[in-house]
This record gives sequence, structure tokens and C-alpha cells, in this order.
Amino acid sequence: MNTLLQELSEAMGVSGAEGPVRRLIREHIVDHVDDVRVDHMGNLLALKKGAGASGLRVLVDAHMDEVGLMITEVDSQGTARFEAVGGFDDRALLGKVVQVGEKGVVGVIGARPLHLLKSAAERARIVKRDAMRIDIGAPTKEAAARKMKPGDRAAFLTTYRELEGMALGKALDNRAGCATLVRLLQAGPYPFDLHAVFSVQEEIGTLGARVASFEIRPDVAFVLECTPAYDLPNRDDVSPNVAVGLGPSLYVMDNRTIQDPRMVSHLMQTATRHGIPFQIRQPGGGGTNTGAIQRAGSGVPVATVAVPARYVHAPAALISLDDLENVFRLADAALRDLPPLADLPG
Amino acid sequence: MTDLFDLLASLTQAPGPSGFEGGVAEVIRPLWEPLVDHIRVDRIGSLVAVRPGQGGPPRRRLLLAGHMDEIGLMVKAIDVNRNGAGFLRVTPVGGVDRRHLYGQPVIVHGRLSGRHDLPGVLGALPDRLLPESAWGQAFEYEHLLVDVGLPAATLRERVSVGDFISFRQPLHKLQGERVAGKALDNRAAVAAITVCLKLLQTRHHAWDVVAVATAQEETALLGAYTSSFDQQPDVALAVDVTFGNGPGATDALTFGLGKGPTVGLGPNVHPAVHKGLREAARAIELTVHDEPHARASGTDAMGLQIAREGIPTGVIGIPLRYMHTPVESLDLRDVRRAGRLLAEFAARLDESFLTTLTEALT
Repeated sequence: MNTLLQELSEAMGVSGAEGPVRRLIREHIVDHVDDVRVDHMGNLLALKKGAGASGLRVLVDAHMDEVGLMITEVDSQGTARFEAVGGFDDRALLGKVVQVGEKGVVGVIGARPLHLLKSAAERARIVKRDAMRIDIGAPTKEAAARKMKPGDRAAFLTTYRELEGMALGKALDNRAGCATLVRLLQAGPYPFDLHAVFSVQEEIGTLGARVASFEIRPDVAFVLECTPAYDLPNRDDVSPNVAVGLGPSLYVMDNRTIQDPRMVSHLMQTATRHGIPFQIRQPGGGGTNTGAIQRAGSGVPVATVAVPARYVHAPAALISLDDLENVFRLADAALRDLPPLADLPG
Repeated sequence: MTDLFDLLASLTQAPGPSGFEGGVAEVIRPLWEPLVDHIRVDRIGSLVAVRPGQGGPPRRRLLLAGHMDEIGLMVKAIDVNRNGAGFLRVTPVGGVDRRHLYGQPVIVHGRLSGRHDLPGVLGALPDRLLPESAWGQAFEYEHLLVDVGLPAATLRERVSVGDFISFRQPLHKLQGERVAGKALDNRAAVAAITVCLKLLQTRHHAWDVVAVATAQEETALLGAYTSSFDQQPDVALAVDVTFGNGPGATDALTFGLGKGPTVGLGPNVHPAVHKGLREAARAIELTVHDEPHARASGTDAMGLQIAREGIPTGVIGIPLRYMHTPVESLDLRDVRRAGRLLAEFAARLDESFLTTLTEALT
């Protein structure tokens, strides 16, 4: 069992309320870094001093927030209305179990029973989140208000499990990236100062990475991510964007960013040299902290390495543990082999 | 709360999609065995337990039916993606609400080579990768896949078309005495019947009490038809869950959680049985609510009532929110109360009750 990934997956850290996951990561890295601090946004910034002669400032980012919900009102029935924090398909919420607030009050999200729906059209209609409530079993508004209040965050309640070679759990986007960044800090030092950023608020607009990269002003940066894999069998699909089990996924272009081609080449050449499998994520769509980091200060060459995951932003995503291991190997090798800026492959 | 919570937790964790009740029957049998004289699994899979009464001949029989099956899914095909990863296409067993299926944790009960219980999850592609006709709706079965993270070759060695899939969700404690989980429809009734059998250990009851955990209610009312024929009861009661008042369901004929069980009223229910249940409730100062069913009750009572030349039948309902989802919720006090009501009703039965049955229909 990958206990680090399990702890990270089960911890709560909805965008803007990353406290529990931040404290957990801090425990795991504090003995392995030279400095650790939290900035005004809540980003956890750690410095691992370099052992070599390289004067590069290298930033490695992994966002620690997850998509979730925020309570907006406790209603007269003792249930709660909520808003989504981050991108959700409403279909992922219905019939699921959630935990509310830092104390993890258990609640469920249900709807009108099928039996009471009048038509086939109603039975096929998506229940919109406006019509859903979080039900913690409180008999009255007063009893409910003692356990949850507007502003409280809620996240899926999912027990992490490992299948044969696969991990299944909530928030693997992006606790998988966090797990790799923790391991890099434990595995270093590297020839240069490594600035690790466990960033906040990626899911609502890559806000944490924006300020962190301004603060750090790196020469180059890597982003560790967990990218949705749409590799389900589908008659009409031209090709999957990435596939679970085929190795670290390298971004070339997404909705917001053309990744620095020198950095992408460096990653590809490093993988080839070390016999690490990789796949190029089908260009287009999506976006990561890369976009924010690239725009910081006078600009930063940046590239993303991601673990492919099926069913992100749902109660349980599925990743390959081999992919996760290979992301670590590739990131570790790419850092150790990182040439001076001018010598990056064109 | 603990005893009943633990009982319901073990009952709900046992798998039992309709037609695959073996696992749940194995959990119920040791619970009931010390409380009854005879127990057996009948020809179609219902678990039948008899606690003899203390009355003289002719010995009358009360049948208590609580269905032990649950809704689930079944493997329809094994599919593969271009990289050799395996996926299961599925079809519903019973009245599954497909609006909630995306992201739902499940267990695939592979039966191809020994028993392989494989944890997995239901997934689907985002709308933009599906045909436009499927956009903006609850996912159709043709677009839902169960993923257990295995290569197709391995999957084919362990899972066969026709294997059952159950939902995977532990029983959760909510506030007060409320709980949420899978298969509370209808393990709540099995728990209530267990409470009743325990109470009868220290009570005089003239009639035999036949407790039946019925099979295949969700698909066919099968266990109700066959056990009512087989056991030939003088009176039968169906114990089931009913619609709890809550989010999305605030209409008339929904019932508050924690406010007491319901007693059915309507063509499915013999009027004297309804009256007897109300009298039993009054005797123990238990609040019950009349639940009118204008037509069929949607419970085992539909099958129990029409066995042989007709069986006087009643219905007891335990209010439950979010029926047929893995987050069904109820109040444990209603389960306990339903058990007490059953025991009181059973203990009060005597020869004169048979007279009230005929008199009520003159």
C-alpha cells in the first residue's frame, strides 16, 4: 500500500481551504528541506538547497487543492444548499457520500426517488446541483446549524484502495502530483536550489501558482499534475488523449499554454535515455498551473508531467501505480540531468 | 445505537442483488438460528425460519416477510480499449436509478474461476466525447462502464457475462440515530424482523411466527409468491421501506424520519390486519402513521396476498430517504419500533382474530 498517497488522497483540501492537506504535507517534508513556509495565499513553499555548482533556480509545482463543495445555506429542513468549488459534472454528485468541514461530518446527497418520477424523460434528466441538498441526518435546522454553516467546505468521502497495480481514491488530481513532489524533496538534493511549491486554488483558476512563481522567480519550472484520461472504449473516438498505464503524460499544448519546447524536449530525451515510458498528451483542451507560471515575472520556461487518471473530479479516480512511479523517475532524472538554461535542447 | 447499527452494518455489507442472495442469507442465518426452531433456504433462495407458538391445535401461522435482495447491476459484455485495458458493460438488476451511477463505487462478483470480488467504479466519457444525442442527460447504460483496473485478458479469466455487481458503500452514522448506506431497502426490514424474533423469546405467543427473508422482490416479488404458498399462513405481513420526507420528496405520502413506522391501508391490505396493527401500536404507545396505497403497495404484500385462495395481508413501512441509491438514509429508531410493533402484533394473535378477519369483510 502506498501509504503516502493514501494519506494525501483521504485528506481534505478543497480550493481555498487546503489546511488539512497542507499540514499533512508539511509533516512529510519538514525533515528533508532547508526552509519551509506558507505564503499569504496558503501556498506551502519549501526550499531544498542544491549540492552542486548550478546556479539555476528551479521551481517544481504540484497543486494540493481538490474540487469540492461549499455550504451556502442551511435550510428549514436541516439540509444544506451548496455551490461547487471547481469544475463538476452534476452527475458525479448525486447519490454520493461527502464529508463536511474540518471535523468531517458525514453527509449524503440524494434526490427524489425514481419511483416518484412520472415520466421516462424525468428519469433521464440530470438532477441539477441547485436541486440537491447535503443531508447530515439532522432533524431540524437548529440541529444542522450546530454541525455545518455557510462557508464550510465539503469533499467526497472515499476510502483509498489499491487494486492490482492501480490506485482508486478521491482527489488523486492532484495528490498524485503532491506525492511525487514529496518524494523528490526526500530524494534530493539536486545540483541546484529546488523550490517546491504545493500550490493552492489551482482548480478555481491556477491562482496559487501565479503568486508563488512571482515570489520565487524561477529560471525554469516543472509542473506535476494528474491529467484526465479519456481512454474508455468508444466507437466514435479518434484516439484517446492519454491512457492509463502507458507512462507519464507530457503536455505539449493545452487551452492556455504552449509548453516550453526546450523543456518538453528535455523531458522526452531524459525519458528515452533512462528507459522510462512516456506518452504525449493529445494537444488541446484543459489547463494546468503551467499557464500561470509561464506568465510570471518576465516569463518562465515550463513543462508539465502528469499521471493519467480516469474519473477525476468524481468520488474515485483511478491511476496506475506504475505510471506514478515513472513520473517520479522521470521528474527525478530530469532534475538531475537538467543542463544550464542556454544548453536546453532546442 | 450501537447494537442495531452493527446489525444493520453487517446486513447491508453483505451482497445480495436479486437472484444472488446467497451472501446475505449467510449473514442472516446465524442471526436468526438461535431465535427459531427450524431454518432453511427454500427452493428459490428465500431464507425461512419458524419460531413455534405456544397455542394448542390447530396451530395458526403468522408470516413476516422482509425481502433480503437489493438492486444491483449485471455484466452484459466485456469491452477493451486500444491499449488492452478491460471494462465491463452493464445492465440493471431491479429498478436502478441511473441518474446517480456515474462515479459510484461497486464490487464485481466474478464467478468464472472460483470467487473473485473485484472492487471498481462506474465511469463514463464526458459528454463532448459521446454522440450529441446523449449530451445533458443521465448517462445511458451504453455509455456507462465498470472499471476494475485490470487488463482485458485478466478480466476475462475472472469475470463472465452474467456476473452480478453490487454497490460498494459502508454504512455511515449520520447525526442522531440516522444512518446512510446501500441496501437499507430492505435490510432495514430484516433487522426489524430480527428485533421482533428477539422480543418474542420472552413473550407468550399462540401462533407460529414464520420469518422469511424473501428473494427477488426487486425483480419479481418471487419470494413473496412462493413463501406465501409454501407456508400457507393465516396472516402475512410485508415489512419494507417507504418514502421518507426529505430533499426532493416533500409531497403528501412521504413520512418523516424518526417519527414512527407506517401501516399500509388499501386494496393490498386486509382491513382487519390494518386494524390489528393499529391496536398493537396503541397497546405499546407507539406512534404509527396510516399509509394509504390506492393500488398496489409496491411491496411483498402484492405477492403474499394472492397465494392460494388469498391470504389476509398487511404492510409495515420504515421511512427511508433516497430509495434505490447507495445513500439510502433512515432513523434507527423507526427500525426498532417496527420490530416492537411486529412482536406486539404477533403476541396478541389468538382465535378471535380469525373471527375479526371474516367479520371485517361482511
